[in-house]
Amino acid sequence: MDLIGDLTGHAVRFLAAQPRPLLAGLAGVVILLGVASAIAAVLPRLKPGQSYEELRLRIVSWWGMVALLAGALLLGWQATTAVFAFISFLALREFLSLAVRRREDRPAILAAYLCLLAAYGFIFADRYMFYLVFIPVWVFLGLPALMALIGQTKGYLASAATFHWGLVTCVYNLGFVAFLMRVPETEHLPAGAAGLVFFLLLATEFNDVAQYVWGKLFGRRKILPSVSPNKTWEGFLGGWITTAALIWFVGPVFTPLTGHGLLVVALVLPAAGFAGDVTMSAIKRDIGVKDTSHAIPGHGGVLDRADSLTFTAPLYFHLMALFALDRF
Amino acid sequence: MRLLRFLLLVLVARPLAVLMTGADVSGRERLPLKGPAIIAANHASHVDTLLMLSIFPSRAVSKLRPAAAADYFLRDPVIGWFSRHVIGIVPVARSKAGRRAAQGLGQGEGEDVLAPARAALAAGEIVLVFPEGTRGDGASDAMGQLKGGVARLAEAFPEAPVIPVWIQGAGRVLPKGASVPVPLNCAVLVGEPVAWTGKRTAFMDALREAMLALKAQAPPLRWSDEADDKEI
Repeated sequence: MDLIGDLTGHAVRFLAAQPRPLLAGLAGVVILLGVASAIAAVLPRLKPGQSYEELRLRIVSWWGMVALLAGALLLGWQATTAVFAFISFLALREFLSLAVRRREDRPAILAAYLCLLAAYGFIFADRYMFYLVFIPVWVFLGLPALMALIGQTKGYLASAATFHWGLVTCVYNLGFVAFLMRVPETEHLPAGAAGLVFFLLLATEFNDVAQYVWGKLFGRRKILPSVSPNKTWEGFLGGWITTAALIWFVGPVFTPLTGHGLLVVALVLPAAGFAGDVTMSAIKRDIGVKDTSHAIPGHGGVLDRADSLTFTAPLYFHLMALFALDRF
Repeated sequence: MRLLRFLLLVLVARPLAVLMTGADVSGRERLPLKGPAIIAANHASHVDTLLMLSIFPSRAVSKLRPAAAADYFLRDPVIGWFSRHVIGIVPVARSKAGRRAAQGLGQGEGEDVLAPARAALAAGEIVLVFPEGTRGDGASDAMGQLKGGVARLAEAFPEAPVIPVWIQGAGRVLPKGASVPVPLNCAVLVGEPVAWTGKRTAFMDALREAMLALKAQAPPLRWSDEADDKEI
């Protein structure tokens, strides 16, 4: 009994030490998912005859993703960095598996994973300037040089570009999410550094879902039929307006943004999410796959879920640095 | 020993396979959970065996026995011990089989190289065979000639389902001759069981067709394009 009492005490103290808005935000997400689960459980009885297996899988996977990310955010920057290093690894593995075509590039694939470790090492060591130039400058030069040493020139330029695209989107851009956790306490953040990350993830995923729901309900006019046949103007604009409103009204609860800064993030972030989504769609269409893998049941691959985040994360980070943070 | 094997497979092999390959399985519900049963898969890499040992539910993994070439896997005492007790191979004396074929002898003459595999099936185990006999040319991922041993096993155990499996991409993770594995996604596609039809050639044709049908459903492996260019 003492042990249970001790553990409960620890848990209560652990949660009490967290910023209140962060706890409220996480509770809000849990309630939202709970409502979605309840609807998914009732739907087969209200409208029988259809298969709801995909929807059920989707929601179960959402619970898993929320549990993983919420746990990491509550545990702090080390856990969040480790989780995003792993997400980057899964995304990069998916990308390289689909995009690299030359068998001679096996050593370059291994080198790309080592670059991932080094980049996240800079986040662990809190070396911002190193991180900033490592992939865009040094890996950009070094990996093609290594590939030249391998000696296969057929398809060389396309392959070198493929590696760089994968490393920037899957590692460099997603790494900014983890780097946000290194904003110090002294910056008077309303919900701590974890609040910054929470709101980025919330706004990005909310935008994905809002675009999907608006498109399902009112979608008529196709926006990019040759790239993403299911996307419509109604989904894009409806999602944009809804997410902009979310950022405008809820943003100040989790971020230090106000006024102009808040307005710019509200207007630009939903469009960046859409851009990330269609960019990855173009790549998948080029390669000839629908999903990048089946790693997340009901969602597809890690890149299918994180495609918008690869665009919104660096944008959010730099706008935050520009308008509100002293650290970066 | 069985416990050690179980723990190594579940706690070491499984996380390793997931890290290196993603272990993307479709048709997992078609994997047999009890023997006697035969699984026939294509073979491009040692990663194939690691993957197959990793995708079975824990309660069935102790029953899985990969058939493997005795001349390769029992060549020295350390590898031999590991092959027998951790991988759990049923040895196939490949050299004897080859010599016998060269002499034009059929089944029933000389030593039965499939005896260990038969014994495993008789004991209710699940035998994994790679009918190509050896690992194919690394990444090119074409299916080689299928050897008939699997038909002889199916004939001896007509009640055992023969489940075709296509493993896509293992030859990129660790091609034949490479020593450093590189993490890349692999897909494992499990098909419907192929029924024993009473005739070896018809059975082998059906098995080959089933494996190629699974291959056609696998995600594209653009890796091989360069090699195809050379062949033309």
